[in-house]
Amino acid sequence: MPVVTYISHDGAINDVEVASGTSVMQGAVDNMIDGIVAECGGSCSCATCHVYIDDAWMDKIPAASEMEKDMLECVLEPESNSRLSCQISVTDELDGLVVKLPASQF
Amino acid sequence: MTEPCCIVIGASHAGAQLAVSLRQQGWEGRILVIGDEPFLPYNRPPLSKTFLSGEKHVDDLLIRPEAQYEKVGIEFLLGQRVVEIDRHNKTLTLSHGEIFNYDKLALTTGSRVRTLDIPGSDLRGVLYLRDINDVEQIRHFIGPDKKAVIVGGGYIGLETAAMLCKLGLAVTILEAGERILNRVTVPELSAFYTRVHNEEGVQIETDVDISGFGGQDRVQEVQCKDGHVYPADLVIIGIGVVPNTELAEAAGLVVENGIRVDAHCLTIDPDIVAAGDCTNHHNPFYQCDLRLESVQNAMDQAKVAAATLCNKAIQYNALPWFWSDQYDIKLQIAGISSGHEELVLRGEPESGRKFSVFYFRQDKMIAVDAINSPQEFMIGKQIISKGLKVDKIMLADSSVSIRDLLQ
Ligand SMILES: Cc1cc2nc3c(=O)[nH]c(=O)nc-3n(C[C@H](O)[C@H](O)[C@H](O)COP(=O)(O)OP(=O)(O)OC[C@H]3O[C@@H](n4cnc5c(N)ncnc54)[C@H](O)[C@@H]3O)c2cc1C
Ligand code: FES
Repeated sequence: MPVVTYISHDGAINDVEVASGTSVMQGAVDNMIDGIVAECGGSCSCATCHVYIDDAWMDKIPAASEMEKDMLECVLEPESNSRLSCQISVTDELDGLVVKLPASQF
Repeated sequence: MTEPCCIVIGASHAGAQLAVSLRQQGWEGRILVIGDEPFLPYNRPPLSKTFLSGEKHVDDLLIRPEAQYEKVGIEFLLGQRVVEIDRHNKTLTLSHGEIFNYDKLALTTGSRVRTLDIPGSDLRGVLYLRDINDVEQIRHFIGPDKKAVIVGGGYIGLETAAMLCKLGLAVTILEAGERILNRVTVPELSAFYTRVHNEEGVQIETDVDISGFGGQDRVQEVQCKDGHVYPADLVIIGIGVVPNTELAEAAGLVVENGIRVDAHCLTIDPDIVAAGDCTNHHNPFYQCDLRLESVQNAMDQAKVAAATLCNKAIQYNALPWFWSDQYDIKLQIAGISSGHEELVLRGEPESGRKFSVFYFRQDKMIAVDAINSPQEFMIGKQIISKGLKVDKIMLADSSVSIRDLLQ
């Protein structure tokens, strides 16, 4: 099963197995990782699942939809590697993915 | 001494979050969640959206998989109903008589559909939409060329109409009021949704007074007081919900359109908290009593309630928000618009499918309805919660980026 690494804003590292087809958001929620709130349950409506994608992985992840891009421009502290984690589906190719969690979601 | 036990009644959005938050906040005792549905807590919003369409399955709906609850020692007792709470002896009783002791109790009993009891409402094919079972029932009556009548033009009714239309049914919405979404929003939004549904092929009738349902062994028509008849293979009634407060009321807790809770989600009993659809709280921002029906409220109250049970005093002061998906339209609402004195439109509701409405009271923004306008929603949320001042003329000008208004 692919492993995703979630790094909290305070540096705490969580490596968890996330089944292919599951979103990066769900992987965090399932494992009770603080820092991803996911109020809308993954319907791209709340932006409380904002993460920063580790640079090495940016081009392996399909581009964001217009809706997601619009939301991302308005999150607190947006960066060029910002994504909504509910919109990223884990695949075997993403085994080893590293994401950082913003301080604002704690 | 045995370890302390916290029992959570109701296994849905609020109950699931409360149990998990209890652990995260450091509760070391037993956590038992009792729910009368046969499923682990699942996401309800997709029921009228992607679950109805068949895109999502039961497993996809679960808020968390079973193994994760096991890992942190959260126990579930599903398919069981609590029928009595004895606050004096700190026990509760299940429908088959079994008795449990609790040290702390959390009420997350949610709400149930308001029913319509008129002739024929017990016919097969006359259904509601609140839980997984309801959708499974609805599925039996879905098929191309079938006719569906939705009774009630609220958000759930409209979402259901949109999905059934997409699945190939001929859909009619019958609304008792003068416009759809009458209870929850302004005429501009009602007019917009009426136009969109019409464009998609859904028929909307307002000021309709339904007298009964007709049919042999299953529903065949909806009958109106004025003699009008609408043929139907499937009827879905969506006329709102009522909070599940009977248990609390019988236990002597204060119930006023929901279980009364304070800023810490505590009831009048220091060992009993409540969260979600079943509660009524005084909202500090809007200065009024509110019973909210949203996932946001269920989750945020649950977190506060869990902290309270762990002797950490945090206050519930989150800005309410809600969303609704219909066709290619995402509506995001922040704040509560009732009581507004002025509204500012950004974009054109009469054409296209993108605009937003900002609501003001005494020059303060109190709410925003954003249609396919996530930035307006996100920025609106910030303006409202921080109480920022905005230039209404610039706000109404969609050629000015909404983000510039914050500078
Ligand atoms: C079709 C549909 C679409 C929706 N869409 C949205 C949306 O897009 N956005 C949004 O924010 N909200 C939406 N909502 C509303 C949202 O689902 C509710 O606000 C939310 O489910 C409230 O959670 P809760 O845990 O407070 O209560 P509930 O979800 O009502 O859960 C309460 C649970 O407690 C159980 N229970 C009650 N009494 C007892 C008892 N005595 N013993 C044992 N168990 C008991 C009930 O059976 C139920 O399982 C939607 C709701 C529906 C039905
Ligand atoms: S979970 Fe709400 S936008 Fe991702």
